[in-house]
Amino acid sequence: MYTLAIILVMAAGAFLFSRQRAWALAGGRSSALHSRPSYHGWHAALLSGGPAILLVVLWFLFASPIVGAIVTAGLPEVVRSQPPGTLQFFMQDVQRLAAGLPLGREASPEAIEAADAYARAMLAGNWVFGVLGVLLAGWLGWLAYRKVDPQFRARNRVERWTDYILLSAAAVSVLITAGIVFSVLFESLRFFSMVSPIEFFFGLNWSPQTAIRADQVGSSGSFGAVPLITGTLLITCIAIFVAGPIGIMAAIWLSQYAPRRVRDVAKPLMEVLAGIPTVVYGFFAALTVAPFIRRVGEALGLNVASESALAAGMVMGIMIIPFVSSLSDDAIKAVPTALRDGSYGLGATKAETIQRVILPAALPGIIAGFLLAVSRAIGETMIVVMAAGLAANLTVNPFAAVTTVTVQIVTLLVGDQEFDSAKTLAAFALGLFLFAITLVLNVIALYILQRFRERYD
Amino acid sequence: MTDLVSNGGRFAAITQRPPRPEAVVAAHTRRRYVRERRFKLIGMSAVIVAISLLAILLATVLSNGAGAFRQSYAVLDVRLDPAQIDPSGNRDPEVLADADYQAVLNDALVAAFPDMDDRQGRRALRAMLSNSSALQLRQMVLDDPALIGSTVPVRFLLDDERDQYLKGEVDPSIPEANRRLKDRDIALVDRLAEQGRIETGFNWTLFTNADSREPEQAGLRAALVGSFWMMLICFFLSVPVGVAAAVYLEEFAPKNRWIDLIEVNVNNLAAVPSIVFGLLGLAIFLNLFGVPRSASLAGGLTLALMTLPVIIVVTRAALRSIPPSIRAAALGIGASPLQVVFHHVLPLALPGILTGTIIGMARALGETAPLLMIGMVAFIANVPSGPLDPATALPVQVFLWSDSPERAFTERMAAAIIVLLGFLIAMNVIAVLLRKKFERTW
Repeated sequence: MYTLAIILVMAAGAFLFSRQRAWALAGGRSSALHSRPSYHGWHAALLSGGPAILLVVLWFLFASPIVGAIVTAGLPEVVRSQPPGTLQFFMQDVQRLAAGLPLGREASPEAIEAADAYARAMLAGNWVFGVLGVLLAGWLGWLAYRKVDPQFRARNRVERWTDYILLSAAAVSVLITAGIVFSVLFESLRFFSMVSPIEFFFGLNWSPQTAIRADQVGSSGSFGAVPLITGTLLITCIAIFVAGPIGIMAAIWLSQYAPRRVRDVAKPLMEVLAGIPTVVYGFFAALTVAPFIRRVGEALGLNVASESALAAGMVMGIMIIPFVSSLSDDAIKAVPTALRDGSYGLGATKAETIQRVILPAALPGIIAGFLLAVSRAIGETMIVVMAAGLAANLTVNPFAAVTTVTVQIVTLLVGDQEFDSAKTLAAFALGLFLFAITLVLNVIALYILQRFRERYD
Repeated sequence: MTDLVSNGGRFAAITQRPPRPEAVVAAHTRRRYVRERRFKLIGMSAVIVAISLLAILLATVLSNGAGAFRQSYAVLDVRLDPAQIDPSGNRDPEVLADADYQAVLNDALVAAFPDMDDRQGRRALRAMLSNSSALQLRQMVLDDPALIGSTVPVRFLLDDERDQYLKGEVDPSIPEANRRLKDRDIALVDRLAEQGRIETGFNWTLFTNADSREPEQAGLRAALVGSFWMMLICFFLSVPVGVAAAVYLEEFAPKNRWIDLIEVNVNNLAAVPSIVFGLLGLAIFLNLFGVPRSASLAGGLTLALMTLPVIIVVTRAALRSIPPSIRAAALGIGASPLQVVFHHVLPLALPGILTGTIIGMARALGETAPLLMIGMVAFIANVPSGPLDPATALPVQVFLWSDSPERAFTERMAAAIIVLLGFLIAMNVIAVLLRKKFERTW
């Protein structure tokens, strides 16, 4: 932190001095310079600050894995020969101790010693890279300062570098995707080396808890994801049954019938539904809707689970109403007026025009909106975590309790984790599945939308 | 040819049909108008249903949570007996800290209810106050040792069950066996109220305390501080990178396959389920970079990754709304492409970018699922003092309290939701006001 501040101050200094020097060399006549003085300043600041900050930030990012590896290599043989999972736990303890955080239990002497080594190595590394960064900033700043000259094309350089900086910012998004794919894929591959993909995708039985002991890994046949997938689909279907009709009819009324002033009030109000945090919907589903459905079901003589799929699905439906309605609204608005006028000209009523002309014409857009809503519903977590069940039942009965992919990811990863047990890795396999499904849905939806827009443009 | 013939035949058939009586036509038209009205009605009711669902949701939260902003206190006259607290009389802080304040408290309780001076009675009396009361006394004496020897009225937190009873949430007509609060306890609270020893005030504990196992002591402080750090980190990471990426994609990017890839990628990232970002945070930040579990830093980084695509999308929209004439004019007077963007386009797009940023941050503030993945569901009883301390976030605190069976936690959970919604509404109002103030039509 201090290092970064020092480097920033040095960069600012390079800026000021170089600008000053440019002014001085030009003798106060800006026409004598190729680039304006502040460009000389920026050039110096970028040159002195950029690489130095990059160096220090890289050190911050990779300090803990590097130091961790060094400390691990220096551990006594007894500790190092432990299984990888135990060793990982040990190193986590070491890191906590080194950071001065409470461990919550008695630390072993080896851990305390290793933590000491860890803290020392960390401090040494911080010093080395801090001093290196400051020296680098000073040296490059000096170089840039020497380079100031009326003929020097500072502006072109600054502009080229800014271009690179902007490009790298844009590339960060690709890095994120790559990060998602690799982190999820890597752990999934480890999972699939323990449990066969065939069992995972076609197995009908899901009970990961039995595989918690290391010697059982892969031997228990309990990683069949089919009940999770059907549970997810069941809840998603209920959500679409709620959101679809309400969303489309609301979009039709708001765009075709509603007086302007009503629309100006009603539309933002419906958008509010999209802005409410999902945990609030979870609260609503678990504490209000689920007991209500249970009471109604009991009055009708039905056997309703207190964590029924219906409650979670209905509340999820409420959540995605605004997605469906705003995307349908866009699709309806994109239908050319000429089609509508033609229909009126033939004597059709407004409702007939909407049903027989506008909706068929807007259908691709509406379908794309549905797909996006479905992908949102599949990936939704908090509502189902709070209102759906944990037990994996293979059923399509909306009154029964089902579990979903996201619920299982949360249950598998909340609490203590071991990164070599199939139980934890299964969460990553489920995450990969979730990522792939939503990606496919989104790509299809975006493709349809693009084709649809081209048709009327 | 055959087409023409068959068409001609159909046309002939239509013209040959005898004209329908006017009454039939009128009835048909009426039916069509009825259908029209019905369709319109269905549309209107869809909107009404959606808005009333929103109203029901908000009403449920408000009616459940409003009570949590009030808290009942018991006011007792506590005699701080020097013989009990400081027998030696030299006010040594260590002696003061070690004194038996529970006994002092018990004496004060018995003084108020002299008839309860047996084993069971004392236990019932003790249960009436929150279990932090003795500590509260201790802190009071340590802060001001001059109080020793006097009798002072002290306000104690009432236990959550008794508090719920006073708020009318416990129904005394339910059979005693089905209640956590027994008849004897209810009678005690009633007597306390008769003596005028019950005070009700604003529940500051909710904002000054961190989480606790005792509902009446549980507060949102740790969550508020954690959320604050996360928002700070998220803002300073996602906004500069997001705006820079958007500027590049919108203003400088050449048209080629790589740029198309980045664009498709940004659009898809914006639709990736948030829980997948949690998995990313777990695998990269926690396991690879060794960021401490449950720290606001890990949460802020994860939320920043999630917010980034949103910022890129809204910034691009804001940049696109700046008319090309601005760019042409700036280029025409000799500005370089970079100067055009940084001196003219970006300042003009700033209100739009700011509005979008606020909305993106509001979404990040309400996000829960990715934070569960990086261990922010821990029970945090200490207020975090920095971004590396274990912390929790407002929505996560809601989730944590939803697991607790006590009625008082349900109330606090709804109160936490009210606080969360309050922040979100404030942010959105600011965004709308900004848009209204700086909105320009070109």
